Amino acid sequence: MTKINFIEFNGEEHSVEVDNGNTVMEAAIKNNVPGIDADCGGATACATCHVYVDPAWAEKTGEAEEMEKDMLDFAFDVEDNSRLSCCIKVSDELDGLTVRLPEKQF
Amino acid sequence: MEKQFFETDVVIIGAGPVGLFAVFELGLLDMKCHVIDILDKPGGQCAELYPEKPIYDIPGMPSVLGQELVDSLMKQIEPFSPTFHLSSMVQEINKIDDIFWELKTDSDEVFKTKTIIIAGGGGSFLPKKPPIKEIENFENNSVFYSIKNKEKFRDKDIVIVGGGDSALDWVINLEPIAKRITLIHRRDQFRAAPDSVKKIFSLIESDKIDFIIGQVSSLNGKDGILESLKCKTQDTEVEVSCDALLPFFGLTMKLGPIANWGLNLNENLITVDTEKFETNEKGIFAIGDINTYPGKLKLILCGFHEAALMSQQAYKYVYPGEKLTFQYTTSSSDLKKKLGVS
Repeated sequence: MTKINFIEFNGEEHSVEVDNGNTVMEAAIKNNVPGIDADCGGATACATCHVYVDPAWAEKTGEAEEMEKDMLDFAFDVEDNSRLSCCIKVSDELDGLTVRLPEKQF
Repeated sequence: MEKQFFETDVVIIGAGPVGLFAVFELGLLDMKCHVIDILDKPGGQCAELYPEKPIYDIPGMPSVLGQELVDSLMKQIEPFSPTFHLSSMVQEINKIDDIFWELKTDSDEVFKTKTIIIAGGGGSFLPKKPPIKEIENFENNSVFYSIKNKEKFRDKDIVIVGGGDSALDWVINLEPIAKRITLIHRRDQFRAAPDSVKKIFSLIESDKIDFIIGQVSSLNGKDGILESLKCKTQDTEVEVSCDALLPFFGLTMKLGPIANWGLNLNENLITVDTEKFETNEKGIFAIGDINTYPGKLKLILCGFHEAALMSQQAYKYVYPGEKLTFQYTTSSSDLKKKLGVS
């Protein structure tokens, strides 16, 4: 199991464990982390699983692919470290990953 | 708008895959359906969110695209010629008497129906509202998420936000009549039809519109009338004076008016039994992703099963006292005739 930390907009932290191969979005949904809507269920089609990757982890999570970048246009308050959490796959390398959640997914 | 009246056996709310298949199951049992959906096309999430994504768990179809599934279902229900009411949202449901329900939409349609099937999936697709402080104070006066009458924007200073098809289409559409249009998008790339993107770049180059790379940060005005807004760019914040703001960030699903219909809910899902998929109100059913019961799985295939069982009970309301004999489409000449294959 790999540990993923979610920090809500209000500062509340949720540390959850998930099997490798899941996405960061799934880690949130399966553990009832509030603040991730994931309307489309992980199809990179709705931009409601928007997160900010902690800068310390940016290199390990890598860069968004073209389709994800396009979809980020439909998220709000997008920053350089914005990602859609359905597009980040959990692996050993990401053990301890911290992501922050936006104020709202809309 | 003038009111339109319809009387029918069944009204289905939601034209997603499960709502569509319900037309088939109800049709086999001689029930006529009207189908209402808030989107401008049938298919629900399959058509709106993932038309080009393969689905792998439809029985008998190793892989099918979202739109392909919708097209197949539309073909399958053709023999029953359902009436579609698209771009329409059901707002009110009232009990008329022991037999009929009345149902009203925001498009001034009124239905008198014996049964109601709620196949609303994740809820109503509504425009995403950017979480800008106090934006709700300006909604419908100066802030609009959709446009019904473009004349309203003649000779106005307009800010359009977004980089998708809706945003670009409205820039192109309103440019000839607006006083000035400012397009705000977070980057200089657009995710839209190549032809629209080309037009937008040419409008920017010929100085017909202003383009700012950034995000709206705050609104300024009084009594619901917008005067200007602030836009956060890479290294500074600029003020743009404007009469109207049109944000286009796509759609999101919200439960909407369903919450006010007196149905028992559990975490925004409608509770039903697992024999008839009926709600706490007799004659109102809920099938597909919008319902919940012990063991519920939000799968299209589960919604199909629910549609079949629901139809057996709906028949009792539409044809009270009549006996229903179970038949197979493979062997029943009666069913084959209905399907037009005899």
